[in-house]
Amino acid sequence: MNKVVKDAEEAIQDIKDNATLMVGGFGLCGIPENSITALVHSNIKGLICISNNAGVDDFGLGLLFQKKQIKKMIASYVGENEVFERLMLDSEIEVDLIPQGSLAERCRAGGAGIPAFYTPAGFGTEIQGGKSTKVFNGKPHILESALTADFALVKAWKGDSNGNLIYKGTARNFNPVMAMAGKITIAEVEELVEPGELDPNFIHTPGIFVQRIFHGKTYEKRIEQRTVRNK
Amino acid sequence: MLDRKDIAKRIAKELKDGWYVNLGIGIPTLIANYIPENVSIEFQSENGILGMGPFPYDNEEDADLINAGKQTITTLPGASIFDSATSFAMIRGQHIDLTVLGAMEVSETGDIANWKIPGRMVKGMGGAMDLVASADNIIVATSHTNRNGKSKLLKKCTLPLTGMKCIKKIVTDLAVLDVVPGGFKLIERAPGVSVNEIKFATEGTLIVEGKVPEMKIN
Repeated sequence: MNKVVKDAEEAIQDIKDNATLMVGGFGLCGIPENSITALVHSNIKGLICISNNAGVDDFGLGLLFQKKQIKKMIASYVGENEVFERLMLDSEIEVDLIPQGSLAERCRAGGAGIPAFYTPAGFGTEIQGGKSTKVFNGKPHILESALTADFALVKAWKGDSNGNLIYKGTARNFNPVMAMAGKITIAEVEELVEPGELDPNFIHTPGIFVQRIFHGKTYEKRIEQRTVRNK
Repeated sequence: MLDRKDIAKRIAKELKDGWYVNLGIGIPTLIANYIPENVSIEFQSENGILGMGPFPYDNEEDADLINAGKQTITTLPGASIFDSATSFAMIRGQHIDLTVLGAMEVSETGDIANWKIPGRMVKGMGGAMDLVASADNIIVATSHTNRNGKSKLLKKCTLPLTGMKCIKKIVTDLAVLDVVPGGFKLIERAPGVSVNEIKFATEGTLIVEGKVPEMKIN
């Protein structure tokens, strides 16, 4: 099954205004840099983005905020981005903040065909809102619904033309669960190989969850908090 | 009065051999520097790693290897890496033995607020709500008062909550306290700090029973 497309532009060409996107990554680690760049050049607007973070001012999803291409952001932590904060405080963008574990599990559930689940996270806080609650083993839980997206944009280290993916380091983060939850999942990889070259025992995301795959041309891999120790 | 390092050192004394521990950003991160001898600990970072090692040497940093504070890190032998859903399965499923995190406010009933100041700071809760709702063993590491000198240990939190009735132990620059029915029970005083000073800095109910020992840091 050959799912290879030429580049990011071809991969995202049918993303329309107002689409819902999941975007993998934690901070700037493991983000689909090439797909984001293609979106910035596309002028697609009104996007609803589901991603753990909102990038920084001039990188990652921050590039899409600069051009006001995103109307709603669903995330767990949105610090480190002044453009975003200004848009949020001026109510130019709708923001839904979700506990990180609930966000991950809502994506996983969306991909796994589980419409909702109970979690203790957020009980008794403003996150609870009007959600239904239930006590299990003496502990209160809230009902959280699954998330899916029109497109999931993920980034892996290696992939084959079947869409099988292997991630590197903590660049894995949200990518595997989002790959599962996208109606169309677009994977970009640093190294694209033929089927058989990746050991099936070490595949992180089975190709069934991936509809399109391409070799990412460039990766800046910007580091947010370069922290080192002395020798 | 303790400095940030001393707070970390005092909490490090709570670590038990074989524990898996999640450390929050700020003072909790420092605890990794003071693991007692003969105690083997694996640190979890909720972005998806167990067996987190120290910061890398200069020029050895890897953009694909960070902690939940987005700092560059290393892995130790025996480390493992996983996705975000698996990471929170460890947390929600109570496989993590100890969680240490900071706070803006803690109430005498064990509520904690540390993610939002309405109208001023809205960065998001990250993994904090999952951590405090799920963990059995949570230690709050914080200064006893905020920058304006106001107590962080309150009868009732004024800021939006991160979690309800979940905090049982607090280590501040002034004291070690347990949250018990009725208020904050004073367990230890920081060296040179009197019970009265702690009382003065605590807005919530402070329970003092008998002679309160000074904490041992080193």
